[in-house]
Parts: sequence; C-alpha cells; structure tokens
Amino acid sequence: MSVDLATVRRIAHLARIRVSEEEAPFLQNEINSILDFVEELNAVDVEGVEPMTSVLPMAMKKRADVVTDGNIVEKVLANAPAREDGFFVVPKVIE
Amino acid sequence: MSELTRLTLAEARDGLASKKFSAVELNEAFIDAVARAKTLNAYIVETPEKALERARASDERIAKGEARPLEGVPLGVKDLYATEGVQTTAASHILEGFVPPYESTVTANLWRDGATMLGKLNLDEFAMGSSNETSYFGPVISPWRRKNSDAKIVPGGSSGGSAAAVAARLCLGATATDTGGSIRQPAAFTGTVGIKPTYGRCSRWGIVAFASSLDQAGPIARNVRDAAILLRSMAGHDPKDTTSVDAPVPDYEKAVGASVKGKVIGIPKEYRLDGMSAEITALWERGVNWLRAGGAEIREISLPHTKHALPAYYIVAPAEASSNLARYDGVRYGLRRTGKDIVDLYELTRAEGFGKEVRRRIMIGTYVLSAGYYDAYYLRAQKIRTLIKRDFDLAYAAGVDAILTPATPSPAFALGEKGAADPVEMYLNDVFTVTVNMAGLPGLVVPAGLSSDGLPLGLQLIGRPFEEETLFALGEAIEQAAPKIALPEPWWV
Repeated sequence: MSVDLATVRRIAHLARIRVSEEEAPFLQNEINSILDFVEELNAVDVEGVEPMTSVLPMAMKKRADVVTDGNIVEKVLANAPAREDGFFVVPKVIE
Repeated sequence: MSELTRLTLAEARDGLASKKFSAVELNEAFIDAVARAKTLNAYIVETPEKALERARASDERIAKGEARPLEGVPLGVKDLYATEGVQTTAASHILEGFVPPYESTVTANLWRDGATMLGKLNLDEFAMGSSNETSYFGPVISPWRRKNSDAKIVPGGSSGGSAAAVAARLCLGATATDTGGSIRQPAAFTGTVGIKPTYGRCSRWGIVAFASSLDQAGPIARNVRDAAILLRSMAGHDPKDTTSVDAPVPDYEKAVGASVKGKVIGIPKEYRLDGMSAEITALWERGVNWLRAGGAEIREISLPHTKHALPAYYIVAPAEASSNLARYDGVRYGLRRTGKDIVDLYELTRAEGFGKEVRRRIMIGTYVLSAGYYDAYYLRAQKIRTLIKRDFDLAYAAGVDAILTPATPSPAFALGEKGAADPVEMYLNDVFTVTVNMAGLPGLVVPAGLSSDGLPLGLQLIGRPFEEETLFALGEAIEQAAPKIALPEPWWV
C-alpha cells in the first residue's frame, strides 16, 4: 500500500501536526518508503494467531478505587504556558 | 584527568567504604571531567551543586557507618527520566523548560540507595533514533574515533549520551531506556555494557513514554559487575506502573563470576544475515568459542520469525508513540504556539515542537491506527509479535538457557553517514536487538572486540524472562575471555 498527497494531509490533520505544501511530498516519500519496508508482513500466515496483548502472562492489577493524592494545584499548573485563577488557559473553543 | 574517574563503579564503592577517598572528592573529579567534555555534548543539563550536596550527605552517612548500596556514587540520568526540580526534555523542543514536580520511580530508587546525580544525559528526541542525531540539543559525539581519523563518530542511540558519558568516564554509570535497542546498540558502539531487563522488571513510571509495550529501563555501565549493581537498585515492583512485576529483586552482583558450565547456549541461524560483514561473523564465532571453553553447550537453533521483527516493530512502536505523544498539545506544559483557534494551537505547537523523525513516526502511527487500516497493520503486527515470542518460548522449552548473537550489524558510523536519504537505512541498526523487545525478554550487550578501524563491537546475550542473573554470569564469562578494550584517552578536553 502507498499513500497519496491527500492522505498525507489527512494523516497530518488527524495527528494535529501542521504540514506545509513544500513538506508534504517529502513526507509522502518517507512514509511510502516505510510502508514498503513493512509490506512483507502481508505474506506471513497469521491465521488463528492471537494478537499479543501482554508480553508476559499476568492479570491486570487493580488498585483500590480511592483518592491517593490531590490539592496540588500549584504543582499541576507549574509548567503551564498560560494560566489564570487555578486553570489552564486555552483559546476560546465554544462560540 | 583524575585517577578517580578511571575506577569502576564497584571499585569506587569499595574505595568509599574503606575511606580511601571521600564522596565529595569522587564527585568533584567527575564534575570536573563533565565540565571539560562539552565537545561531546553528552549532558543536556549539569547538576554539580546537587551532586555535591548529596555527596556531602553521603560522607556523613559513611562516617556514621550507615552507607547504602550506592552511597556517594555519581551517575548520569538519561533525560527521558523525570527528575524533580531538574529540567526534563526527552531531547525535544516541545518539552524545553519543563521542570517536573515529581521524580521517576527508577531514579528515586537510585537516590534511595545513596547515588548522586551529575546531570541529565542527551538522547535521540523522544528516544527515537539509533545515532543520537535527532536530539533538539544537537548530536552526541562518541569519545571513540576511527584509527588515524578525527571524523566525528556517533555513540549510537537512543541512549547515546548515556553510553558516551560512561565510555568517556563522565559518570560511573548511567540510566538508559530501550524500546528497540536503545540501551544495547549504544553500549555496543561505545565498548560499554548495557542490559535491557525483562519487560516489567523496572517501573516505567515517570519515564517519558515512547512505546509503552516495548519501553524498559536499564543501566549502561563500564563492566558487567557495575551493570548488575545498578540494575539491582533500579529494579523492583511499583504500584504506579501496573505492568511492573511484583517479584523479588535478586542480588545480581552475586551472579557475576558464577560458572557457565553446562549452560545451553542457542545460536540462531536466522541471525546470519545475507551480506553480514566477515568481521561480525568472526566476532560471533569467537564468542561461541569463549563460552564453549567455559563449559557451555553450544546448540544451533531456529527462530524462524526473526526477519519479521523489525518491520512489525515499525508498526507497533510508531502506533503506540502516536498515542503517547498526543499529550504534547501546548496546553499543560512545554512549548505553545498560538494561531486563530485551538486546532491551530495544537497543529502549530506540534509542528514546531517535534523534530523531523518524531513527526514522521507520529504520522506513520496515526496512519496504521486510522479507520480501515487498523486490522491490516496494527492487529497483524501484534499477531506477528505472538509468533516471534513463540519462537523464543520453543527454544527455551527445549532447554536453551540463553541465546548468543551479534549486537549490531556494523561498528559505529560517522555523523551524517546514515539515514539521510532513507529512514529505513537507520532502522536496520536494530535488526538484532528489536526481537528482544517484541518478545519482552532480557538482553545484555558486552564488548567483545574491535573492528578493523579500531571501533568497539559487542555481543548480545538474550535470556529467559526474569533470568537476568544467567545473562550477568555469561556476560562476565565473555568479558573475561575477550581481549581487554581500553576506553579512549580524552582527546576532547
């Protein structure tokens, strides 16, 4: 399989990465080169094989559903690019 | 250069215990070496004050007879580990200036045992790379050079800063991480020892995530014993990482020096690649002979799905990365670029904040997970992963204790030499190491010789799950048998 330019732009938007018009063809080539590289996997017989979900057989651990921390607003916001009154600030998202 | 920086970690530990020198003297020697090695670009951030503060506390504990296992031992930390109050970037512009208000579990374990921190080590951006050339903070230069050449050589990646710092004597040992070979390939390129433990042996909590089902922490060190000492402190169960395993951590150092007599060593025929260099083939044969001479039984084995591991990895790893890296959105931390709306904010921030290789992998991952392609790519790759693991399971069930392979298909290369035209050329570096991550197994790389142009070459030992002790015993046997590799003398000062 290979991707066309329109697909490259669609993937870029899904990934929320702005891709310039000049950059798109280069990305297309690189992505197609990687897709060529993984093409051989189509020839592997995977009939009846379970997909790996855990490298070792172990049951998912669950912790008690209790509050383990909190009241650390300063720590949570310490690295925020923009903050106000204990909140992260983002551009308006609702008109 | 101070003689103290020439000690191994074990020698330094013993010298501190017998009060031959103080922790402050030891740390000052390394702080000085680090300050004079800017050319190598191994450290992104240096923390000399922190190292000295802890060293002073260590001297007090040693005086009181309360020394802990790593008391006063200066280490470097890969800048993928969150360190409280010290910038943590994953070598990415998008995290530049990020100062975590928390400490990763593995580094917390090292500080609990008395180690000191010299600084944060350079790496490929988000641990994506095999040469340390994708770092936003510039490439790391290996302390190694080819014979009669001053061309700049890569230290490997992604833990290039860790490997270069250990080889250049800029720390006694370093933390590293390995998703497809990122501990083992740089260890091989720099004549150092690196171990990727079994998946689940070390907590991933507080380590910047790349591909969560493959990522594992481990040490890079001067020799096998030092690696064993470090892993004992790093490993252990952590309730904050549900994939970390609740099993006791052995005293790995005790395994160093254990007999390898009667161990069954598998030699997988699929690792004999077409066009493999004669030098690598010869190195592998010498490794076989050393273990045989030590009393091990050598057995040819087959791991038929080996060749699919690297392509399957380049589906699984980018898929998981695209999901993990979705958090870098310019809202809560790191870089922010604003535009006309929130989508602009996301797209502009991520376009500027991520480097080329990271953008490429996120795009691949997004594509293979997107509607209509999930089954054809991701699900198929995960099935192939089951087959790769089954190959190993069968070999171990047939009595094989460990598997010996080359670590890399070539010695280190020069900066800019690989991957410029085709990203896949760089990916091929991990052809021998990536299977181990896909199957969740432990893998140890030990230096075993020099290439014709004077660069280090390593051998890899792959073990059964949670049998790191076997790898340390076998690794030390190779270390003892192999010609001694003298680390390079400092041309960079």
